[in-house]
Amino acid sequence: MATSSLIPGPEPRFRLPDPRGRFGAYGGMFVPETLMTPLLELGRAYDEARRDPVFQSEFAKLLRIYAGRPTGLYLAESLTRHLGGAKVYLKREDMLHTGAHKINNVIGQALLARRMGKTRIIAETGAGQHGTATAAVCARFGLKAVIYMGEADMERQALNVYRMRLMGAEVRGVGAGQRTLKEAVNEAMRDWVTNVRDTHYILGTAYGSHPYPMMVRDFHRIISIESKAQMLEAEGRLPDEVVACVGGGSNAIGSFFEYLDEPSVRLTGVEAGGRGIRRGEHAARFAGGRVGVLQGCMTYLLQDAEGQIEGTHSVSAGLDYAAVGPEHAHYHDAGRIGFGYATDAETLDAFQLLSRSEGIIPALESSHALAWGFRRAAELPADKVVLINLSGRGDKDVWSAARAMGVEIKL
Amino acid sequence: MGRIEDTFARCKAEGRSAFVSYVCAGDPDGPTSADILLALARGGADILEVGVPFSDPLADGLTNQLAAQRALEGGMTHEGLLEVLRKVRAGTDKPLVLYTYYNLLFARGLEASCAALKAAGADALLTLDCPPEEAGDLLAACAKHKLQAIFIVAPTTPPARIAAIAKVASGFIYYVSRAGVTGERSDLAADLAAGVAEIRRHTALPVCVGFGISTPAQVRAVGEVADGVVVGSALVNVVAANRASPGKAAEAVGAKVRELAAGLERRP
Repeated sequence: MATSSLIPGPEPRFRLPDPRGRFGAYGGMFVPETLMTPLLELGRAYDEARRDPVFQSEFAKLLRIYAGRPTGLYLAESLTRHLGGAKVYLKREDMLHTGAHKINNVIGQALLARRMGKTRIIAETGAGQHGTATAAVCARFGLKAVIYMGEADMERQALNVYRMRLMGAEVRGVGAGQRTLKEAVNEAMRDWVTNVRDTHYILGTAYGSHPYPMMVRDFHRIISIESKAQMLEAEGRLPDEVVACVGGGSNAIGSFFEYLDEPSVRLTGVEAGGRGIRRGEHAARFAGGRVGVLQGCMTYLLQDAEGQIEGTHSVSAGLDYAAVGPEHAHYHDAGRIGFGYATDAETLDAFQLLSRSEGIIPALESSHALAWGFRRAAELPADKVVLINLSGRGDKDVWSAARAMGVEIKL
Repeated sequence: MGRIEDTFARCKAEGRSAFVSYVCAGDPDGPTSADILLALARGGADILEVGVPFSDPLADGLTNQLAAQRALEGGMTHEGLLEVLRKVRAGTDKPLVLYTYYNLLFARGLEASCAALKAAGADALLTLDCPPEEAGDLLAACAKHKLQAIFIVAPTTPPARIAAIAKVASGFIYYVSRAGVTGERSDLAADLAAGVAEIRRHTALPVCVGFGISTPAQVRAVGEVADGVVVGSALVNVVAANRASPGKAAEAVGAKVRELAAGLERRP
């Protein structure tokens, strides 16, 4: 790429967020006063950094030599034959170091933290992918890392807990509430309030108070910059549809962003349908949520009539979250990004189908996008092209997927 | 004048700071928390802060988090909160300040929430996750329903922000200091004095200070520099310790507030 992926262009997609951090009606800075000054400082520091050629080239270099970019655009021929419809391409974010797209953002924020003179890093993690990426990059930069993780997720993702500790991070279990990602975010924010002078909070998704949704999006924008160029090279045209899973929505916004101003490309975010759209059984915010404010921004939330946040369920820890990134909320209302969901059962089917047809074991999070994308591909004629963002690899999920499918693994 | 202004004027006339108590509504249950609030009023609290339990109280420390969890598990609802407020308002004329989160107000509409809270006896709102930048709609709703809007100033807040906060705030400024809670009394006073003096350069509003103040000596030390001393965790812990026998909670909290507020009595 000749120009940096961090520089905003003149197209409409770059106009959001506005200076108040709003994506239309969504986003903003709904945080305690203690965090306002650090967040405003972070916004200024990021704005300076993104325009600094030294920062840009360091970011690009680490994406290349440490994360392993560019990732491939893979035509899944065997799968395409099996589905009998549109061509299926996979953007191979699963091939990145530490196993998922998460590392793009972590490298960017760690560089920023170092530039700001912060010596301690905190992060939340759900599936453990963001925590693992944070632990790795902090080890590389010599930064102290403290990772907050819900205790239920620590059980589901024991392997990732060990990986984080192996790389020198401290993993702190969070026992409040339903002991998953939402509680880990609360605890990380409390830590930040207390230790803000020497600590940077590497938020792991395109969520929270401004500037996080914008900054995290920018660090993942590289996904669609690459895929667009690769698709033009492979097919001589743009895909008909791009599909990505949506928890907070970082891999989705990164893989959609460069297509937002291309009206011929349909964009679909796939949420976690869990055991079905019933209270507490899923994490499909656009299917069962209402607008509200949680953990820093205004967006769609799963909540009760009183505004209390509802419990969620998903087979994948990374999508098991009650709120969605504010940029997605905006493009949902604007009709630019469509949203659907895949249930746990559909997800596990897709997880197995990709494993068998292509020898690629996908993350359970990404398997939601696969479930939707496979169905779409089967419906579409052979001259259409569906691009699915394979956001992470499934090594971490083998244990819980086996359990969900009733297979007992003995070690 | 409103109840809050009256209270600070009266305390000033008595030559002392105001004692501001915090407990969570519905902890351990609605009726008991109303009794606790009335016991606080009788025991010497001048302003009653009422925490509204939220499922995700990210601005609160562990003590208040657990209180909110107990309250929600105890069945606390919006209607339950209004009942608590009505009962307390019927028994005392002391100011009631709600300590809440934006989503709880937004869920039923900012206007409707403010109207209902005002009608139940509330005097002011402190919305923990709503800085002045996001407060436009909320301030309009508060103004329409004559609720005062209290804002927090933190040690990280620079002078220019203090001025911006002072411009929209009413009632009092809540200064949340985290430094030197357990330090020497003289250090504590020196740190605080500087922070409070900075706030006073920007506003004539009274300044209340809170940060886990738990002993009469700390109450007295903070009272020397601030217009109000906020005590929360120390009272919530008493509620928690009595949750097996809620009937005794109000009495125990009343005793605690008498012990702590004694630090504020006018000295010769």
